[in-house]
Amino acid sequence: MSLIVTNLTVDYGAIRAVNNVSFEVLSGQLTTIIGANGAGKTTLLRTLSGLKESENGVATWNGDAILGKKPEDLARSGIMHVSDGKSVIAELTVKENLALTGLWRKDKKDVANATTEVVDLFPILGERMTQSAGSLSGGERQMLAIGRALVARPKLLLLDEPSLGLAPLIVEQIFKVISNLVKQMKITVVLVEQNAMGALKIANEGVVLNLGSVVAIDSAETLLNDPAVRAAYLGF
Amino acid sequence: MNQFITAVLTSLSTGAIYALMSIALVLVWRSTRVINFAQAGQAIFTTYIGYEVTIRSGSYWVGLISAILSGALLGAGIDRFFMRPIFKRVTSGPIVMIAPVVATLALLGIIQAIIGFIWGLNYQTIQAPVSTDGLKIFGSIIAFSPFNLMVLIAVTLSMILLTIVFQKTNIGLALRASAYAPEVSKLSGIRVDAVRTLGWALAGAAGGLAGMLYIPGSYLYPNAMDVLLVFGFIAAVIGGLDSLFGAVAGAMILGFAVNFSATYISYKLVFPTAFVILILVLLIKPSGVFSGKKGRKD
Amino acid sequence: MLKFDTSRKRLFGFLFLGWILLILSDRIGELRQYQGAFVAMYALAIASIILLTGYSGQLSLGHSALMAVGAYAGALSINNLKLHPAIALVIAALIAGLFGLLLGYAAARLSGPYLAGTTLALAVSLPTIANQFPILGGEQGLIFDIGVPPARLGEDFSLYQWFFWISSLTALIMIWLLVNLISTRYGREFRALRDNPIAAQLSGINIGRKKAVAFSLSAGIAGLAGGLLVMLISGVSPSAFPLSLSFLLLAGAVVTGVYSLKGVILGALVLVAIPEIAESVVSRIGGSEGFVTSLPGFMVSALLILTVLFAPSGPGHLLHHKKHLKH
Repeated sequence: MSLIVTNLTVDYGAIRAVNNVSFEVLSGQLTTIIGANGAGKTTLLRTLSGLKESENGVATWNGDAILGKKPEDLARSGIMHVSDGKSVIAELTVKENLALTGLWRKDKKDVANATTEVVDLFPILGERMTQSAGSLSGGERQMLAIGRALVARPKLLLLDEPSLGLAPLIVEQIFKVISNLVKQMKITVVLVEQNAMGALKIANEGVVLNLGSVVAIDSAETLLNDPAVRAAYLGF
Repeated sequence: MNQFITAVLTSLSTGAIYALMSIALVLVWRSTRVINFAQAGQAIFTTYIGYEVTIRSGSYWVGLISAILSGALLGAGIDRFFMRPIFKRVTSGPIVMIAPVVATLALLGIIQAIIGFIWGLNYQTIQAPVSTDGLKIFGSIIAFSPFNLMVLIAVTLSMILLTIVFQKTNIGLALRASAYAPEVSKLSGIRVDAVRTLGWALAGAAGGLAGMLYIPGSYLYPNAMDVLLVFGFIAAVIGGLDSLFGAVAGAMILGFAVNFSATYISYKLVFPTAFVILILVLLIKPSGVFSGKKGRKD
Repeated sequence: MLKFDTSRKRLFGFLFLGWILLILSDRIGELRQYQGAFVAMYALAIASIILLTGYSGQLSLGHSALMAVGAYAGALSINNLKLHPAIALVIAALIAGLFGLLLGYAAARLSGPYLAGTTLALAVSLPTIANQFPILGGEQGLIFDIGVPPARLGEDFSLYQWFFWISSLTALIMIWLLVNLISTRYGREFRALRDNPIAAQLSGINIGRKKAVAFSLSAGIAGLAGGLLVMLISGVSPSAFPLSLSFLLLAGAVVTGVYSLKGVILGALVLVAIPEIAESVVSRIGGSEGFVTSLPGFMVSALLILTVLFAPSGPGHLLHHKKHLKH
C-alpha cells in the first residue's frame, strides 16, 4: 500500500511546472512536499487528483495507475484532494458541504457515523451546521474542507496548503489534527506546504521541490537538520 | 376595477410562462455558463411532439406529459452529444469567446429547420383542455380564462416541485454544488458532467411545459417561442441569471410591467417596455435585482 | 516607406477588383447582376460584423435592427426630404452610426452572453416599434426608390446593372476604408482590446469609449448595408429585417473567419449561394413546401456548426493549418 510517483512531468501552459519528479509515500505515513512559491507543488497535487493532465510519467496508488483518471472517480476510490483557498462551497450550509462526499456512498449508516466523527473532531462545525459556509472564519473553513474529505473515509489525503492565511494558533491546531489523522486513523497523507517548518515537524518524509524539480528527498528529521534546507526554506 | 383585476391576473399568467423559460435559461447557465439560445427551438420542438401526441391520443394531458419527457430527453441529448463535443474541441483561439453563442444559435436554426421538414410552416393549434373564454366577474367578461388559471396553477405546482427537488433531495444538493463550484464538487466525488446533463434535462422539461401552456392560447409554428426566449432572458437577467428564485421573481416583474403598460398605455408598448427594463437593469445593477453580489465576471 | 508601399498596393488591388467587376457587369445576365448586388451588400454587412466581433471582441445579434435603422433613415430622406439617393445612403450610415454610439456605450459594459442576449432583444423588439409610427408606414413599410439609371449609360443599361454598380462601388470603397483603418494604430488598439482588455487598459486605452466607437462604426456600416438592401428590394418594412438576418450575417462572418476582413466576399457568396443550392437540391429530390423553405436555414446552421468545429478561424486558416501539419 503506497503512492509511487515515477518521472512525472507536467506543463502549466508554456511552463514546465513539474519536471521528472519521482517519490514514494508509504502507507500510513505523512509526506510533506515543500518549496517556494511556484515550485510546482500545487500542480503536482492537482495532477495526482486528476484535475490536470500530465505530459509524462507514472503514478500508482496501491499498484493501480491513477494518472488520466477523472477526479470524481479517484475521489470515489479513496483519494481525497483538499484544494487550497476556496475549497468549501460558500453558498451551501456547513451541513450540506459535509454531505457532498456522502452523496455517492452506498453505506449511508457509515456516512452518518463518519459525519458524527468529524463533528467530534471539530466541535465548532457542529455548532454551525445550519450556517452558510461563507460565514465561517478561515480556520473553520479549513476544518470543514478536511472534515468533508473525512466523511468519504479516504485512504489517501492530498492536502494543499491547509495553513494558508491562518493565524499561528489555528495553524498549530490544524497540523495537530493532520498528524492525528495519520497516527490514529491510519490515513496516508501528502501535505503540500509553504510553512516548511511546521510541516516537517509532523511529517515522516519530506520532498523539497524547486522550479518543478526534486532537490531533496529524505526523512523529515534529516531535512530539518540539513543546513542547506534550513537556509533555503526554514529561514535560519 | 375590472380592467385592473384583468391586468393583475393576466400579468400573473404571462409571468408564469416567462418564469418557465427563464428558469430553463438559468438552469443551463448555472451548470454550463452558456445562454442557451437553442432553448426556444427545444421548447417548440417538444411542443410539436406534444401536439402530435395530443392529436393521436385525443388527450391534451398525454400530450403534455410527452412534451415534458421529450423535452428532458432532448435537453440531455443536446448537452451530451452537442455541447460537450464543442467544448471539448474548441478550447483555444479567439473563437472560444463566441463559440457557445454561435453553437446554440446554429442549433436553434437546425431545430427550427427540422420542424419545417417534418411539420411544415403552417400555423397549427393545440386545443386547450379547459375553456379559453374569459371568466365572468362582477357581471362582465374579463380577459382571463380558466385555461389561464390552469397555467398559473401548473406553473406554481412545478415551482414548488422544483424547490423541493433543489432544497430537499440529494440530487438537488448535487445540482447546486456543481453549479456553484464544479471543481470542488468533482473532488468530492460528484459526477459533475452527469449532473450538468441533468440540469439540461430539467431545463428542457421546463421548456416543453412552457410550450404546452403557451401555445393553446396562441398558434404553433416554428418561431412561436422566439419571443418567449427574449422575455425569458430578460427575466433571468433581472433575477441575476444565477438564481432560480430570481428567475421567477424577474419573470413576474416583467409580466406585470409588460401587461400594465399594455393595458393602461398601449398594447404596442410590450416590446419597448421589456427592452427598456433590460437596459435599465444592465446599466444600474448588472448582477440582477435579486443578487447581493457584485457583477459576475463571466 | 514600406507601409506606404503596402497601402498603395492595397489601393491598386481594390481598383483592379473594381475594374474587373465593371467589365464583368457587362457580360453577365440580369439575374447574376442582381445577385452580385446582393453579394456586395452582404459583404459590407459582414464586414461590419467582423469589425465588431473580430477586431473589438464584441458580439452582436442586433445588426438586423441596425440595418433597419439605416434603411428607414434612408427611406425617409428620399421620400420626405426629397434628398438625392446618394445622400440618403450617407444619412442611413450616419443615423445608424449615431444609434450605434448610444447602444455602444451600454454595450461596452456587457460581457459576452449578456451582450448577445441584449442585442437579440433589440433585434426582436426594434422592428415592432416601426409598426407604431405612421410615418414609418406600419407593416407595409415605405417605398425605397432610387429612380432609373442615368440616361447617358445607354438604353441597354438595366436597373439591375445599376444596382450592381452602386452596391459594388459602395462596398469596395467602404471595405477599402476599413482595411486601411484597421492597419493604423487605431485598428491595432481595437485588436489589443479584443485580445487582452486588461493590458489594453493599462497601456492607456479607454476601453469603454473604444468599444463604443467600434460599435458605432460597425452600426454605421450596417446602416449603409441596410440602405443597399432596401434599394435592392425597393422597399423597407419590419419584415425585411428579421432576427434571422442577424443570424445570417453572423454565419457569414464566422464562415469567413471572424478575425480577418480578407474573406468577406467569400462569406457573402456563401449567403447568396445557399438559397440557390437549396433550390437546386429541391428541384432534384423534390420535397414539401416546409422542406423547401426550411432547407436554406438548415444549410446555413449546419455550415456554421461545421465551421466552429473544424475551421474555427475560417477556411483560409484551415488550409494554412493543413500546410503546417505537413511539415
